[in-house]
Amino acid sequence: MKRKLETSELIFKVISYTLLCIFALACLYPFVYAVSASISGAHAVDYCEVVLFPKDIQFDAFARMFNDNMFWNSYSNTLFLTFYGTVWALLVAILGAYALSKKRLLFRRFFNFFLVFTMLFSAGLVPQYLNYLATKDVFNSVGITDDKWLVVIAMGMAAMNIILLRNAFEGVPSEIEEAAIVDGATEFQVLRRVYIPMCKSTIATVTLFFAISRWNGYFWARQMISNSNEHPLQVFIRLRLEEYTDPEQMAGWNEVFSSDSVIYALIVCSIVPILIIYPFIQKYFAKGVNAGGVKE
Amino acid sequence: MAARAADFLVYDKAAGVYRENPEQLVRDDVEKHAWKHVGITILKDWRLYLMLVPMLLVFLFWRYLPMYELLGCFKVPDEVLPVADQYFSGFSYFKSLLVGTDAPDFWRALRNTFLLSFYGLCFGFPMPIILALFFNEIRSNLVRSTCQVLTYLPKFMSTVVMTSLVTMLVKQGALTSGYGIVSQALEALGLISAETAKAGLLNNPDFFRAIYQISGIWEGAGYDSIVYFAAIIAISPTSYEAAQIDGAGKMSQMRYVVLPGILSTVVIMLITRIGALLNIGYEKVLLLYNPTTYVTADVVSTFAQRKGIVGGQKGLASAAEMMNNVISMLLVISANTIARKASDTSLY
Repeated sequence: MKRKLETSELIFKVISYTLLCIFALACLYPFVYAVSASISGAHAVDYCEVVLFPKDIQFDAFARMFNDNMFWNSYSNTLFLTFYGTVWALLVAILGAYALSKKRLLFRRFFNFFLVFTMLFSAGLVPQYLNYLATKDVFNSVGITDDKWLVVIAMGMAAMNIILLRNAFEGVPSEIEEAAIVDGATEFQVLRRVYIPMCKSTIATVTLFFAISRWNGYFWARQMISNSNEHPLQVFIRLRLEEYTDPEQMAGWNEVFSSDSVIYALIVCSIVPILIIYPFIQKYFAKGVNAGGVKE
Repeated sequence: MAARAADFLVYDKAAGVYRENPEQLVRDDVEKHAWKHVGITILKDWRLYLMLVPMLLVFLFWRYLPMYELLGCFKVPDEVLPVADQYFSGFSYFKSLLVGTDAPDFWRALRNTFLLSFYGLCFGFPMPIILALFFNEIRSNLVRSTCQVLTYLPKFMSTVVMTSLVTMLVKQGALTSGYGIVSQALEALGLISAETAKAGLLNNPDFFRAIYQISGIWEGAGYDSIVYFAAIIAISPTSYEAAQIDGAGKMSQMRYVVLPGILSTVVIMLITRIGALLNIGYEKVLLLYNPTTYVTADVVSTFAQRKGIVGGQKGLASAAEMMNNVISMLLVISANTIARKASDTSLY
């Protein structure tokens, strides 16, 4: 049934379309500008002649970055941290959440409180810093001198993700588990063959949360990783930004590309891999925010 | 668990006497050997408890041990002694923060923490709701999903990349180069003077809060709108039809159909935000501020980071953050209690 739009409805629609399009374009613009500025000539960038499209196109800013060993180093460090960090966090979280989801677990309320309390109260930066330093000493004394392992093992665990998983595990009907036990499955087999396949989408969401927080991790990586060869991408970007926006250090700059272009190129390079996988992960992201841990 | 006296005896009707309750005897036995039973239960189910161990250890070592380090805010710092053996210094750090030499900086930081969150609540909070209402108006799937994808996009940047981009867009002008494109646009619109733009907006304390909020909306509004949009599309189409038949225009439909439909979501989100008023992410502030903008930008955690990690005044910094976090915890707990009372929905 085609109904004639009322005036108020029409006005509202027009406003919606206009404002939404403006907002969406405003969200997109900084990225477009970053791409354009990264491939524009020095004069065009420095004197703000680049507004939307690139001018005096050059690719030397990218070339300079790709020739920088530190860039590739930091990229591989980030991949290392993201992969091992996610695997470790996921392992700990799935096992813990599975145990917590069982009604027969003794002291269940206590263990839940143990988790939730860390969401309510955090000791703060300085005690955490001292704690990580102490952990670093312990790690060094047992022969783990690579600080990346400290970041992988000690950081990035989130109580929220465990609670998301626990809620999903609690939703699995107990009859299925009982059937598996009757068939002679052990606890680990029940988890692997029944629970994990049945909660695939929540696990995907939680994996994504862990991976994103690992990929984005900056502050503690900068504080704790002392060897600059082991810095992840985020730290590398920040250090370059500090260097390239310092007028004193850039005083003698004389290239066909602006020093800004290098930063823009770096930004573009760090976003591109995310853009490539974005279409595949988007639905889990949307799902995760709705799960949100809000428990009826 | 204490048993009531009546539980010990049962009236035996046939014999006409009170006898000991056999069930209660078993219960007594269980209580007497409670810990032994706990041990047996755990041993029988050892796989389940083994699964719990890694999680408990991770949280114990890296979440609870730092809380133990908090003792440092009552102690005179010492490089050699562990925190428990350090000399007790009383409440000197708290005194210094609240009324002493560090008071101006601390109160400024506390005020900034509160204000940044509060402005976020005023400007950042309604944006996703408005966005979700607009998304709902767009009937064309293609246009809507394109808009959604574009607005979610900034959320996928890391804080470092986001702040780098912001820094570049409003950067100062140097001898060799001009200033950021956004500064330039604002100057062209006559909103800021050329000198302000040239000095860099991030070096101007008047602009820090605006930059913080606007970049926050840019980054998060689209993504946060997902939850409201989900609530809106969950409203049954029959409600709209009924309202239309009753002669409701667009505004009345908004008022009587959509708003009640998303109200519980809004309330929950609002309460969460209020609970998190003093719990502000330090990374973004740390990456955007500089000494010229401490007046409006310095929050408690960055204050603690500067004093404690950079400056070495660990006790003082711990004390500052502890005060902030204790108030924050009380806020979260009361927010959650209110949420549970108000809507039978709690966050945990």
